[in-house]
Amino acid sequence: MKKTLIATTALIGLTAMPALSETIGISIPAATHGWAGALNFHAERTVERLKEANPDLDFVLTTTSDPGQQVSDLEDMVATRGIDALVVLPFESEPLTGPIQRIADSGVWVTVVDRGLAQKGIEDLYVAGDNDSFGRTAGTYFADTLDEGAKIVVMRGIASTVDNERVAGFEAALDGSGIEVLAMDHGNWNRDTAFNLMQDYLSRFPEIDAVWAADDDMAVGALAAIEQAGREGEMIVVGGAGMKEMVDRIRNNDETVPVNVTYPPAMISTAIEMTAMGLTSGAPFSGDFIIASQLITPENAEDFYFEDSPY
Amino acid sequence: MSTLRNMRQNLPVIAPIVALVVLILIGIALNPNFLSYANITNVLARSAFIGIIAIGMTFVITAGGLDLSVGSMAAFVAGLMILVMNLLTDSMGQGLPVIVIGIGLALAVGILAGFINGILITRAGIEAFILTLGTMGIYRSLVTWLADGGTLSLGYEMREMYRPVYYGGIMGLSWPIIVFAALAILGEITMRHTAFGRHCAAIGSNEKVARYSSVAVTRVKLATYVLLGLLVGIAVVMYVPRLGSASATTGLLWELEAIAAVIIGGTLLKGGFGRVWGTVVGVLILSLIGNLLNLTDVVSPYLNGAIQGVVIILAVVLQRNTGTAR
Repeated sequence: MKKTLIATTALIGLTAMPALSETIGISIPAATHGWAGALNFHAERTVERLKEANPDLDFVLTTTSDPGQQVSDLEDMVATRGIDALVVLPFESEPLTGPIQRIADSGVWVTVVDRGLAQKGIEDLYVAGDNDSFGRTAGTYFADTLDEGAKIVVMRGIASTVDNERVAGFEAALDGSGIEVLAMDHGNWNRDTAFNLMQDYLSRFPEIDAVWAADDDMAVGALAAIEQAGREGEMIVVGGAGMKEMVDRIRNNDETVPVNVTYPPAMISTAIEMTAMGLTSGAPFSGDFIIASQLITPENAEDFYFEDSPY
Repeated sequence: MSTLRNMRQNLPVIAPIVALVVLILIGIALNPNFLSYANITNVLARSAFIGIIAIGMTFVITAGGLDLSVGSMAAFVAGLMILVMNLLTDSMGQGLPVIVIGIGLALAVGILAGFINGILITRAGIEAFILTLGTMGIYRSLVTWLADGGTLSLGYEMREMYRPVYYGGIMGLSWPIIVFAALAILGEITMRHTAFGRHCAAIGSNEKVARYSSVAVTRVKLATYVLLGLLVGIAVVMYVPRLGSASATTGLLWELEAIAAVIIGGTLLKGGFGRVWGTVVGVLILSLIGNLLNLTDVVSPYLNGAIQGVVIILAVVLQRNTGTAR
């Protein structure tokens, strides 16, 4: 509350002297998988757009591949660039909480994206997807469409809070549906790993009715393995995050890929835009902004297809 | 008595095979589908990428070198190949020439990348570990940059046309398995029965003595890196048709898997002795562990890495303890 007040006072001061340029620091994970790649794409595009629209705004964009490096990046931003606002997607919650708190305490506006910090009340604005709803939406679809006693296999992501929340939501939705989960292993959100994993699932289980790949990169790998084994038509594959190729299959009424669940990487744009507006307009923007996961079906697929997106 | 002594002396030689057989027996016990045709061909085909690279790595390590850049190099070559093939499809239309140029490019870039590593190590005298650590970072960044942080995908029609290179084959064996087997046999012959293979071992065991024995040390070492680059190119030619895509995560940790396979197979990390068939066994051991863990629920998937670690260490310990005579 106090922090919000300070930030708001700073904003009022800003509207009085619009000539002063403001710097927004952005720190996000490096493009190590498709979703993060799209995150980078949207972040860069938003920065370019905002720079053109507001010549007074300055941006520092850094990408990191581990929590330690992210802490160093944040320290550099504060020390050498004197940022006025920070948009950060913490690589991991625990190790980043302290450093981000110190930045927030120094009066910098902090927007946290997607991965919540370990302590509440540090950030001014929280923009995130809903991991529980991501898993739950897929689980509910399975519970609604599959018969009792149907057999499914699950590909988990990289072992992390995000993955745990998704799986918990998924299992909660399946509870009581009579659907049997044959196996759950980590495909690490990676095409090659998922391809090998799916090959092994196919050798191991003679009957599989559905695959929850939990991410479209893994779905791509799983589909290739199913095609190789010639077992298309036996099972459906539900991925997640709304990759272009998957949405395209859905809108063409593909039998194997009937639906998808969104987890929009463009949420980084939402966060940057809101932060920039908060800095320049003085309108209130503090609070939580949760973007729910939606089910993409053949009926609404057209709304989720973005031609020039890399993902 | 003499047979026992023979066994003891042979243990370092047969240790990797023993480990492989044990893994296969465990597999049969755990899952009846383990020996199915589909599972065996799957495991062999997925071993091919790292296997082909590991064959080249065997020569580099035998000659006392090391290359940490091969995983990133594979990703970079794959990315470049896809990018160029997509561009060519736009200008030349779909067809065999695009695939042929793509394959030629992958091999050429692989050779060039290996040459750069080799020339800097041999002529500029940079430590192999540091130099290839550097090129590892460079290639990894380059592929991320080429892919704009996302995934580079081969156009749909070209992917369909190129697909048989991974999925097709003759007599029930897919091309990656055939190529892997052929290269393994060629590699074994080269290591055992050619001057080049002998020179590698000589340089690895004592570079100075090799030089005095008029072995062209610099040229042979350079050749091992170029050979490895070429094999990375061949691995990529087999890899791209599988999923038709490359991204920043392609080939991640391949270098370490390849090095692990070489060492499990009985090649000395400090150089001086190498055997290609051992490397092949090492690669199969590594893929089998992953396969077995996927086929069962016995251990928590969180522990997969630990199991792999234990098997790698066991396979090496088995050789070293008794391996004084060499």
